[in-house]
Amino acid sequence: MQHHLLGIEGMTAAQITALLDLSERHVAANRAEEKKSALLRGRTQINLFFENSTRTRTSFELAGKRLGADVINMSVATSAIKKGETLIDTAMTLNAMHPDLLVVRHPDSGAVALLAGKVDAAVINAGDGRHEHPTQALLDALTIRRRKGRLSGLTVAICGDILHSRVARSNIHLLSVMGARVRLVAPPTLLPERAGVFGAEIHHDMRAGLKDADIVMMLRLQTERMQGSFVPSIREYYHFFGLDRTKLAHARPDALIMHPGPMNRGVEIDSEVADDIHRSLIREQVEMGVAIRMACLQYCLGLSDGENGKVRGEDA
Amino acid sequence: MNATISDAGRFLIENAHIVDPANDVDAVGSVLVENGRIAGIRHDAIETLSPDTARIDGRGLHLAPGLIDCFVTTGEPGEEARETFATAGQAAAAGGITTIVTLPDTNPVIDDIALLEYLRHRAARECIVNVLPLAAATRGCAGREMTEYGLMREAGAIAITDAYSPIADALLMRRILAYAAVFSLPLLHHVEVPELATGVMNEGELSTRLGLAGIPNAAETIMLERDLRLAELTGGLYHAALLSTGDAAAALARAKDAGLKVSAGTAPQYFTLNELEVTDYRSFAKVSPPLRAEEDRQAIAAALKDGTIDVITSAHRPQDVESKRLPFAQAASGIVGLETLLAASLQLYHGGELPLPRLIAAMTCNPARLFGLDRGNLAKGAVADMILFDTDAPWIVDAAVMKSKCKNTPFDKRPMQGRVRATWVGGRRVFGD
Repeated sequence: MQHHLLGIEGMTAAQITALLDLSERHVAANRAEEKKSALLRGRTQINLFFENSTRTRTSFELAGKRLGADVINMSVATSAIKKGETLIDTAMTLNAMHPDLLVVRHPDSGAVALLAGKVDAAVINAGDGRHEHPTQALLDALTIRRRKGRLSGLTVAICGDILHSRVARSNIHLLSVMGARVRLVAPPTLLPERAGVFGAEIHHDMRAGLKDADIVMMLRLQTERMQGSFVPSIREYYHFFGLDRTKLAHARPDALIMHPGPMNRGVEIDSEVADDIHRSLIREQVEMGVAIRMACLQYCLGLSDGENGKVRGEDA
Repeated sequence: MNATISDAGRFLIENAHIVDPANDVDAVGSVLVENGRIAGIRHDAIETLSPDTARIDGRGLHLAPGLIDCFVTTGEPGEEARETFATAGQAAAAGGITTIVTLPDTNPVIDDIALLEYLRHRAARECIVNVLPLAAATRGCAGREMTEYGLMREAGAIAITDAYSPIADALLMRRILAYAAVFSLPLLHHVEVPELATGVMNEGELSTRLGLAGIPNAAETIMLERDLRLAELTGGLYHAALLSTGDAAAALARAKDAGLKVSAGTAPQYFTLNELEVTDYRSFAKVSPPLRAEEDRQAIAAALKDGTIDVITSAHRPQDVESKRLPFAQAASGIVGLETLLAASLQLYHGGELPLPRLIAAMTCNPARLFGLDRGNLAKGAVADMILFDTDAPWIVDAAVMKSKCKNTPFDKRPMQGRVRATWVGGRRVFGD
């Protein structure tokens, strides 16, 4: 049975747990000398990126290749004028080539779901606008679970540019469903209106927001948003919202640090904490990314044995 | 008053009518000052003092907290020919003002922590009254990019403003209000739609007769209405700096009735003068916002009376003679007001429109509350910023003897009733014999 993976919202704890469990096996395989399996042999995976990406695209490419699929990368430059039409046209063109998996990133929220409705392949959302980035949330969850042994009952502070972040939205949904307490810490200019609808606590002060947190998840702040529009300056942002030792001291002594990358050192995070091998999970997140994406590819093609539940957007 | 006593250490002001609206005091009594702070207030005689305590007889006079003037232009830095901290301090002390809150539209604009720190150091050295600087809300007061509110707050800014430049961009305004609230910084805004305010005086019959371009009341109302919606949306701390029209006052009253925590100020010129002052192209009465029609003047007085407008400021804005003695359209806007703030405002009291405590509150505890200052009251332990004044003393304004460097007052040669007799800042006498 083939499924789309379009977002975390609507997924159950059982579905998420099944995906995390499935990934664990790939973690071990990825560390072995012989990394390749034949699970997806003969299948075609197209990575269709309407927005620049190196890390996520590479991670999906590796995941597919390690499972034995034929992987094609397509980068499509978008221009605002022909957006809607191009997307559907591209989908129809690709569909005629009979891919089995489409991994899609698009700068517009909802664009991946729109495309998924027009193709026969299973579609994985690799990030749509400010909406969702489900595999990032899953890899974050896997990383946390491996270190803390659980997700339930943990306090997770998500800090920084929540407004523009699909990573934040997917993580809020996932962590809430899994029973973690989520806090959002940001200046009001970087929070969506009525951010409280997600059920998270809202903080504008890092000290209060980080107090007794188990996990501190920092988000990237785009350079163009620092120059007096959303926040006044880099130095002010770093002073009040950048993660350094002093602010981290408010979190639990065993609190761990995460970042979806790429990091702006000296903007949202200090190098000293980012590179702290005892606290920082940032490199581990990248490693878990490949395992999670292998599990997702497998799952979307209905090739996961002992399937516990169905991923959102089933019956593709 | 006894001219020989020393103010150092400990002194007692007795038999004065104490007006301390923050503490609901409006009665004859005595105030004891020790080491720059209020040590006690009594409404009976203080008998237990040692005989060597200096005593000042305040009989027939009123004692009030020193005035806090929250929208003051000085020339420092950059235009010291207009006004220095020294001259502004002398003028303020003579006017009963113990704290001036200064505007950042200087040269350079106070939009950086280094400038703010410089300003505070310089003011502390040069000025005999307290100086609290406002930081620019946008870089260069240009209305495009936010300044560093958090860092400015840490460096001593008590609020932000772009002085007489309105922030036209509604999105930027929204972000400013939202972001500044995190650091408890109020925004003081000049409420005028710039595209509608290209004129030089009030728009109406008189501007038509004089052939001068007018500024309609709507320029103020539209901007205020927009701001109130954005304050509601963001929960920002919002203060309309200078209201001049009845329509704007009505809009503010509606917002306050709806529970919005916003405030507004005005200046004596808007409730004591009307647009007729500019007849004969009298540029000394050119101000921004412009002097309005008589019904607006009455509406502003009424808005002070009913509490819609919270604060009275002098809107002190020194301009030298050269920049005023020009064709009306080219002349600079602004009047000096530090020395006439109290006397001009007392017209509302003498006219029976406002009881004295309410009038004093608009210049003491209300601005203190706006900025979260622990001043503007005479509670035990408070800093002894005080004034002793005579509500009835008649005098004639004489621009030539004003302490301000610039003499651009529309009140020159006008009779006033009410005069400051002595001013103390932190227990130190800075004005009076």
